[in-house]
Amino acid sequence: MYRMLYGTLYDLVSRAGEEGVKVIHASGLTRTFKVKDEVVAAVTGVDLDVAEGELVAFLGPNGAGKSTTLRMLTTLLAPTAGSALVAGRDIRTDPAGVRRRIGFIGQGNGAGHYQRVRDELVIQGYAYGLRRRDAHRRADALLATLHLDGMRNREASTLSGGQRRRLDIALGLVHRPPLLFLDEPSTGLDPQNRANLWDHVLEVRRQFGTTIFLTTHYLEEADSMAERVIIIDHGRVIADDTPEALKAGLAGDRIGVTLDAVADTARATELAKLVTGVGDITVDGASVTLRAPGGTAVLPAYLRALDEAHLPVVTAEVARPTLDDVFLSLTGRSLREDAGGDAGSALAEVAA
Amino acid sequence: MTPVLRDTGTVFLRESLPSLRSPWGLLFGMLQPLVFLLLFGPLLSGVPGLPSESGWQWFVPAILIMLALFGTTGTGYVLLTEMQTGSHERMLVTPMNRSAMLVGRSLKDVTELLVQGVLICAVMVPFGFRIYPAGAVAGFLLLAVVGVAMGALSYALAIACRRHHEMFYMVQQSVLFPLLFLSGMMLPLDMGPGWMQTAGRLNPLTPIVEAMRALFAGRVADAVVLRGWIVAVAIAVIGVAFGTRGMRHSNT
Repeated sequence: MYRMLYGTLYDLVSRAGEEGVKVIHASGLTRTFKVKDEVVAAVTGVDLDVAEGELVAFLGPNGAGKSTTLRMLTTLLAPTAGSALVAGRDIRTDPAGVRRRIGFIGQGNGAGHYQRVRDELVIQGYAYGLRRRDAHRRADALLATLHLDGMRNREASTLSGGQRRRLDIALGLVHRPPLLFLDEPSTGLDPQNRANLWDHVLEVRRQFGTTIFLTTHYLEEADSMAERVIIIDHGRVIADDTPEALKAGLAGDRIGVTLDAVADTARATELAKLVTGVGDITVDGASVTLRAPGGTAVLPAYLRALDEAHLPVVTAEVARPTLDDVFLSLTGRSLREDAGGDAGSALAEVAA
Repeated sequence: MTPVLRDTGTVFLRESLPSLRSPWGLLFGMLQPLVFLLLFGPLLSGVPGLPSESGWQWFVPAILIMLALFGTTGTGYVLLTEMQTGSHERMLVTPMNRSAMLVGRSLKDVTELLVQGVLICAVMVPFGFRIYPAGAVAGFLLLAVVGVAMGALSYALAIACRRHHEMFYMVQQSVLFPLLFLSGMMLPLDMGPGWMQTAGRLNPLTPIVEAMRALFAGRVADAVVLRGWIVAVAIAVIGVAFGTRGMRHSNT
């Protein structure tokens, strides 16, 4: 339901945004690190444009440069080269101006272990220059919004993981930033808490039209929540579009058919070429898999052709492409590979 | 109020709140010096070469410096923890002034140190510890400067150890214990071998301990007091320079 609501809202905002303000404009952002006398590029020439009100997900495997880019945009890290305007301020020449206008929810937990929940919110208000009364009011309002009312006098270290994350969000919102950065916001949360977190983030956006820029390595999250996905790999942006366009344009649907007899697969492959007009067909035993856009329409046509050729079909399915398919077709690697995939890709890079 | 002062106040308030909310932690921090006072102090009565009137006049000022060494240098560890959990990063993204983050923390350290120091002196009065008002006030001022120095150095160490958590207490302990024994804080160095006396003379803590003893014995105008002040201020300036520099680079 949220999706529909936000879809409509997004259409309104993005249309305004087309002529409107760019909240993030980065060009050629580059960051290198020195590791044992060797210069390693974490981010290479990243160009970004984010318009007011957008919800953008920055997707990539571990070590792709997501967090490094985010840390440059939030002034935590100075770029080696390139420039960026964030909320209208230059990250190089006016970092304090950027900080005043953005919210940042990092990978870690923002509250000090020995601090009480409400104390941290009030102090955060002071840190952004709120007056005493405003800071207290704002803290109480956020405690209510994020369902932390019962926790106000608890020490932060006694909170559960989900509560701590909600407190992080509250801390990031104290000064009502028009632009909110989230670095891997849902990592380490169980599905229920993750859904809960998203409810809060989307609610904030609905109320205040906040522009949201987040990093994630959860494909489903980027797919279902973001209106725009920017894929980064080895420090470079390799794709930037709506999840729908990325999936439709790059991968196509996967259509799978299992035949009764292995011997029939040769004929079935020929028919598949006739029906789809594309050659992306793989055969595995008695199964034929083809990739084509508009799979739901292709499958009935293909089944009819198989039937007319008297090739009995046992099972048939259409799978919509995922962002993982997109990543796979762009890089030849799967995003689902975990830490092991990192070493693999590093090797692949050396080999290339 | 200028933004820097305001930010300093904000950081000071944040750091003080946990102690204000549960003051027992503050008393717990006094436990170590009190143990030394009550279980080590009485042994000093038989030691030759100590001023005869009261061993406490000799030992309590040293214990106050010890409080600054072990209590205040521990505050760097809190910063280290906050750098690891993400709350320091959260602070760095606020528009707060970087130096204010150090100064505010140091102010809290010094306040805590002075409160503990006053309590310790008060506790020792019934045991025969004499308070010379002018000397005590000057002594606590000197202690505050030592506290600023130790706190700032400890933040610099914490920031330097941010990737090697376990190094913090290793370095802290292996620096502090030699400094402690070689300053004549626990026992007079005149009793030790020649090399120890030489090391003691080179130890920057020695003049500070001597100045504290002179002040708490009521000798405010003594030459050792001036020497102690010069050394303490010098260490504080160096400490704050390192600490501020560290705070600026603490996000990488």
